[in-house]
Amino acid sequence: MIQALVFYLFAAVAVASGVMVISARNPVHAVLFLILTFFNAAGLFLLCGAEFLAMVLVVVYVGAVAVLFLFVVMLLDINYLKLREGFLQYLPTGALIGLVLLAELLLVFGSWKFAPDAPLSVGTHVPDPAVVTNTDAIGRLLYTEYFYLFQIAGLVLLVAMIGTILLTLRSRTGVRKQKISSQVTRTKADSVEIRKVPSGGGI
Amino acid sequence: MAELWTGYVWPTAVIVARILAIVLPLLVAVAYLTLAERKVIGAIQMRKGPNVVGPFGLLQPVADGLKLFFKETIVPTGASKVVFFISPALTFILALVAWAVIPFDEGWVLANINVGVLYLFAISSLGVYGIIMAGWASNSKYAFLGGLRAAAQMVSYEVSIGFVMISVLLCVGSLNLTDIVHAQAEKGWFVFWHLPMFVIFYTSCLAETNRSPFDLMEAESELVTGYNVEYSAMTFALFYLGEYANMILVCAMTTVLFLGGWLSPLPFAPFTAVPGIIWFALKVSVLLFGFLWIRATFPRYRFDQLMRLGWKVFLPFSLVWLILTAGVLEFGGWLPK
Repeated sequence: MIQALVFYLFAAVAVASGVMVISARNPVHAVLFLILTFFNAAGLFLLCGAEFLAMVLVVVYVGAVAVLFLFVVMLLDINYLKLREGFLQYLPTGALIGLVLLAELLLVFGSWKFAPDAPLSVGTHVPDPAVVTNTDAIGRLLYTEYFYLFQIAGLVLLVAMIGTILLTLRSRTGVRKQKISSQVTRTKADSVEIRKVPSGGGI
Repeated sequence: MAELWTGYVWPTAVIVARILAIVLPLLVAVAYLTLAERKVIGAIQMRKGPNVVGPFGLLQPVADGLKLFFKETIVPTGASKVVFFISPALTFILALVAWAVIPFDEGWVLANINVGVLYLFAISSLGVYGIIMAGWASNSKYAFLGGLRAAAQMVSYEVSIGFVMISVLLCVGSLNLTDIVHAQAEKGWFVFWHLPMFVIFYTSCLAETNRSPFDLMEAESELVTGYNVEYSAMTFALFYLGEYANMILVCAMTTVLFLGGWLSPLPFAPFTAVPGIIWFALKVSVLLFGFLWIRATFPRYRFDQLMRLGWKVFLPFSLVWLILTAGVLEFGGWLPK
């Protein structure tokens, strides 16, 4: 009974904060509500017994992605009123995209095929959580059955990363940069010169 | 009714009692850590430190707490009120909830979960929110700059902390903190196997808790005190408490991951008779003393140097060490399980 109550709590807060993400006036508040949504999703994962996924969701999305997101939103100088102005103008386009996504989801759901032995395991944990922990089970699946897909996903991220670096990379000339190696390799011989200065003579 | 009692009420009461048994000593430890810091730094600088309130200044934390408690809470104009008050509370709560998975002794743990290390990592990565939200909500330039610096710094150093944790986990084969300590009872403390990782972890912890020499987000000489400049009274106290509780937490994490948790350093008679909790507290105290010692000794890093250290030194090194660890375990046939 408690589990059901907690489920409804997490689900309700997740949906409500999801709505707040798109309706909040202030973009920073919107990101904070997004974080709350992630949290509740992590709570729902925990209720399913997917502890590894729950933690990874918090680490990756809340701990890294949303921080950068917040960072960017805070630095942007957004005129909130101007942002509101075009709302009706963009509404049809937004609605169209939403409809297309919904249709795609329906199509995917309609043509969904289960593995032949999947119905046997509905409602049970495979493998048994008492024998194999969550982390172990996911690792075994990812690094055997879905190894190539997993690596390709990593490659896609790598390509995106290199692309971003290339886009923002610029080599400026005339910048005085600290070179740690040359500082460390400096010796007394090439930096200090000791001279005898005659009194009143100068150098 | 009886079922409700045995099923829900009694277990809840037991859990609450256990939580209090962790939190109250922790708060006392935090209070006396602030005193210890002032005493240690005083000794290093050949001063006496606080010595007026109570014998040897032992009541100083109480006096400080009372003073903060009776001050007025000031909210800056144009501040985002809700976020302004949530962020200190968040910092404090996050510093407390992480203790749920720390094993103090054999079986002395509130929640012995399978993904303990990930939980700790998740909680410590959330710590940045309290600071960045405070910086933004204060509606002040100094606070905002401090918050942004903190976000950049904490995200950077988390990456190397993650890799260090993975190298340790590879030798254990479990994410459970109690299992990590048990593995160290068998194989020897990981500080011997992973000494460079221990150094990286300890240094990254300094950066993660925004301690000197990486306390750029406070940087009182340029940013006044950064993110918490607009906070006063209890809201300020919550930040302060959270920061020090986090220091103790990262030291406890280092103890569990590298220094064998509650294990005695020498596995025979006079040493094993000492309760594990005492060894644990001693190890944490030694690490904390290191934090204070470093604060009194090192000058502050420049921000570009801080980023260079995180991304160009620690990250590649810990990555190479991780691959090395995996390779040695695989080809030496020492993989756990």
